[in-house]
Amino acid sequence: MSKSIRIGNGQGFWGDSIDAPVRLLRGGPIDYITMDYLAEVTMSIMQRQKLKRPDRGYAHDFVAFIDKVLPELVERNVKVIANAGGVNPEACQKALMDVAAKHGLKGVKIATVTGDDILDRLEDFGRQGEKFANMDTGEGLFDKERHILSANVYAPTNGIVEALDQGAQIVVTGRGTDPGLVLGPMIHEFGWDWADWDKLALGTVAGHILECGAQCTGGNFTNWEEVPNMADIGYPIVEVNDRGEVVITKHDSQGGLVTIDTVSEQLLYEMGDPNDYITPDVVVDFTSIQLEDLGNDRVAVKNVKGKPKTDFYKVSISYLNGFKATGQLTVSGPNAYQKAHKCAEILWTRLEAAGYSYDDQLTEYLGVGVCHEGIRHQDDPPEVVLRVGVKDQDKARVDRFGKEIAPLVTSGPPGVTGFAGGRPKAQEIVAYWPALLRKELIDVHVNVTEV
Amino acid sequence: MKRVKLAEIAHARSGDKGDGSNVGLIAYSDRGFEILRDQVTIDRVKAHFAKICHGEVQRFEIPNLKALNFLLGDSLGGGGTESIKTDAQGKTHGMALLEMEVEVPLDFNR
Repeated sequence: MSKSIRIGNGQGFWGDSIDAPVRLLRGGPIDYITMDYLAEVTMSIMQRQKLKRPDRGYAHDFVAFIDKVLPELVERNVKVIANAGGVNPEACQKALMDVAAKHGLKGVKIATVTGDDILDRLEDFGRQGEKFANMDTGEGLFDKERHILSANVYAPTNGIVEALDQGAQIVVTGRGTDPGLVLGPMIHEFGWDWADWDKLALGTVAGHILECGAQCTGGNFTNWEEVPNMADIGYPIVEVNDRGEVVITKHDSQGGLVTIDTVSEQLLYEMGDPNDYITPDVVVDFTSIQLEDLGNDRVAVKNVKGKPKTDFYKVSISYLNGFKATGQLTVSGPNAYQKAHKCAEILWTRLEAAGYSYDDQLTEYLGVGVCHEGIRHQDDPPEVVLRVGVKDQDKARVDRFGKEIAPLVTSGPPGVTGFAGGRPKAQEIVAYWPALLRKELIDVHVNVTEV
Repeated sequence: MKRVKLAEIAHARSGDKGDGSNVGLIAYSDRGFEILRDQVTIDRVKAHFAKICHGEVQRFEIPNLKALNFLLGDSLGGGGTESIKTDAQGKTHGMALLEMEVEVPLDFNR
């Protein structure tokens, strides 16, 4: 009999539905649950948490999820792979061991995959001549002084596979690729060769389709009116068998929609050059993919072509780049748009008179046509939300801006309201620096510990 | 021929890509894809997003998905984490592209 497994993704980003992974576990048959918590900015937040407390710096939500479901996971032998480790996978592992002990469970193996965090090695690399040239601008990382917050390579998937091979029930990683969370269990289960580029590409495409959670099961879909029961939207599942056949689906019992249209939209999400989708494991040609609608919320993914992996890892570096603040007021009619204009004019004039200007300043009239500026516009809505913002290297200047919004309610045009939440305060701007690093400089480490 | 919005013949999704956005545009039919290929050119997309996209527009064809992929350079006010714009991640650019008009034969139906 042919072997087939079901891998579901229960978390598209840190802040996604906390019930989604539980519903994925309890909604029907499942063998693996993957969870994606990391975005560029997340790593810098976690690095700050770790600086304050050495036992922090990972996604706490994940530990709460495991606490809720661990006995079920063990009983049904469902494995979980999550990049919840952030910048401190060991601390996350320790917290999970405590959870297992609390439930009185024995023999549960919890793994970490590390080696991606290169923050402490950056200066050494710099001394060895690594430039970390910005992939967008070409500028060298060390060309001027920067307040660097985090630095991680997108690690390859072999660490996840090794952890699963050693019997891990839960695999906690730092920065890897999102599709790798799904590709890993496929390689573990079916023993795909690390040079079988088409297979690696197939698993990577499946991972790409799943990585944003419900975005391939009817979420964010153009024809949203067609999606049944969005409130109970099913998170995505990929079925894969030992013949290398892949089907995207969801639990039958839940809402949502899986069709060629919903899957195609997600295939193109955050896509650059479709001919070369580069991961640490393989280069995928998205112009090769064939989709087939099998009916009943099942779409087959076929004919995926892969090419050999490159010699470099992508590095994600975050650094502090000044401060920002935004605030808003609601301006009612008649003539809401004109009044909002006047409010903005008054605000910027007063700041200028007080001696303040900014590196960047923004004025938006929400309701008039902001998202589709120059494409859709209306001049006379019954109300307008005036949204203003500034960016500057000087925190005090940004804070001063925040004090100039509320006075407009009493010293500007009539019918201005909606000033809630206090004066906007300066927030750090975390900027993102993409670069490349030679692969031979990085080693992936796997630690499997049994409770 | 008649003029219709792209929304009549295609669907779309967008997201951030550095300090720009990407817009995937997918036809509902092979005939629709020919219209996308002929009429949704770099110049037209650049003009459509004149107030939003301040950089280069790149265009890729993905015929197997009946799709085009556009990269709209410098369209996010500094990029996902740095921008103070409401749509800092270009999430709405896909819906915006569907507002563009194209010419289709009178008997055209999706």
